Amino acid sequence: MFRKLHEPTQTVTIHIGDVAVTAEAGETLAAVLLRQAEPWARVSPVSGAPRAPFCMMGVCFECLAEIEGLGAVQACLVQVSEGMRVRRLAERRELAQEVGS
Amino acid sequence: MSRELDGELGIDLIILGAGPAGMAAAVAARKLGLSVTVIDEQPTPGGQIWRAVDTIAATPHADILGVEYRKGAAAADAFRASGAVYEAGAQLWQIEPGSTSGFRAFVTRDGKAWTVTARAVLLATGAQERPVPFPGWTLPGVLTVGAAQILLKSARQIPAKPVVIAGCGPLPLLYATQLIAAGGQIAGFLDTSPPGRLGRALPHLTRALAKASDLWKGLGWMQTLRREGVPVIRHVAAIEALGNGRVERVYHRTHGGAEAMIAAETVFVHEGIVPNVHVAMSLGCAMAWKESQDCYVPVLDEFGETSLPGAFIAGDGAGIAGATAAGLRGEIAAIGIAAKLGALDAAEAAAKALPRRRQLERELALRPLLDAMFRPRAQVFAPADDTIVCRCEEVTAGTIRAQVKLGRPGPNQVKAFTRAGMGPCQGRQCGYTVTRVLAAAEGRPAAEVGFYRVRPPLKPVTLGELASLDTQRSLI
Repeated sequence: MFRKLHEPTQTVTIHIGDVAVTAEAGETLAAVLLRQAEPWARVSPVSGAPRAPFCMMGVCFECLAEIEGLGAVQACLVQVSEGMRVRRLAERRELAQEVGS
Repeated sequence: MSRELDGELGIDLIILGAGPAGMAAAVAARKLGLSVTVIDEQPTPGGQIWRAVDTIAATPHADILGVEYRKGAAAADAFRASGAVYEAGAQLWQIEPGSTSGFRAFVTRDGKAWTVTARAVLLATGAQERPVPFPGWTLPGVLTVGAAQILLKSARQIPAKPVVIAGCGPLPLLYATQLIAAGGQIAGFLDTSPPGRLGRALPHLTRALAKASDLWKGLGWMQTLRREGVPVIRHVAAIEALGNGRVERVYHRTHGGAEAMIAAETVFVHEGIVPNVHVAMSLGCAMAWKESQDCYVPVLDEFGETSLPGAFIAGDGAGIAGATAAGLRGEIAAIGIAAKLGALDAAEAAAKALPRRRQLERELALRPLLDAMFRPRAQVFAPADDTIVCRCEEVTAGTIRAQVKLGRPGPNQVKAFTRAGMGPCQGRQCGYTVTRVLAAAEGRPAAEVGFYRVRPPLKPVTLGELASLDTQRSLI
């Protein structure tokens, strides 16, 4: 649902699920998600409805996604890096385990 | 300059936030000889207003964002050269006062936790957009206007298809003009200001003329929309996002009852901004309800010190006033902190603060007019029963209203009974709505109903991060 204004000169390759995605070095994971055909990051742990980045400034927690080695993180606060492996949080149980505070 | 805090070595000042207030305060505090650590969630300095200014200011796209954005580059350069320790990409999840004085901050980054101790703390945590509950606002494709602008600044990206912008205040107009300049398309601009706002704002016009250039700038944005043929619908009272798993259409109804549907896959909403006060509340700083801005603001002295000695607040977190005012308030707070820590005497502090206070007074000239003109419509605070209020736990306005039948509960009882405010955002997206819904249902002023009690951790923290802490002292 979003497009970039420019052709990035410095790119990295990340994996969102099984899909290899080219991203600009230094941009946030949430920005990359919003350019995908499926822009959602996780589902609601209550209803299972999909949720996508909403505030982009670390306030709303809608962009929680799992990054290999880091667990569930706010995608709007994480810069993509080469080889990053991302998994959308699709199940209630896993979300409750990772994020419970 | 190292000092003792409860027997531990500490620095002079921790600053939370590297936006306009935090950066200006860091520069000023360093000039006054204080040791400073700045903790910020973002990877680069600038806060939200100057997001990614380090890298974007030098690109052709900076023209889209305008001259006010470019000013951030000089501020960020000065901050980087100030000698303050800069902890970028770090989250504060707890801060506690020392037993006699000083503060200990708990921070995480990349799965590691550590603590910083200091004699004083400055909260420069800025603002967040006011939560705007409406049917469908949890669908993918609904974002805040601020989020869309952050995407333009930090990723240089815009909506791929024509977007609906719905809201009130300077930001939707500014973003709309930036989007047009960037080659984006607007399917509809839904102005949610209610009728009669101009009349209410007029008494403030004389004072506002001191900042006439900003007034003209706002009028210019509206002219740009008209010239570009953007459909502008005024006095929109209700919106709804509809679609299967994502936004497909946006319904709207005006104050006069005119209804329409717009096909769009993205809708950006904005009803003003409110101070980010979670950290101040967790410290127990005294707060006051500010009627003209429909939010809580901390109670501060003339240098920005809170009711908790040694804890200061500057910038929009002290009450919404904009970036230029934030920088000035940051400098004034730094002067006050230096005086508190004995690096300046009272007379020197007063003399240094005076020219900044005068500049701040001029800077605030436009604020009463903006507050009156762009005060959110009543519907923002009174969502329909089936509208989700707490996004995290999917608690509706009706569920919250139903609690009132059981007595006159406050936000904390409602939280315990309904789970509203108990999710990962910790009430940042529902706190004000719950307060206002309860106030209306109980016939009490919002100030009396109060806000959720804010408790640490302020951001979720894992057991692994806790285990990595470099000190166990304060966890006992």
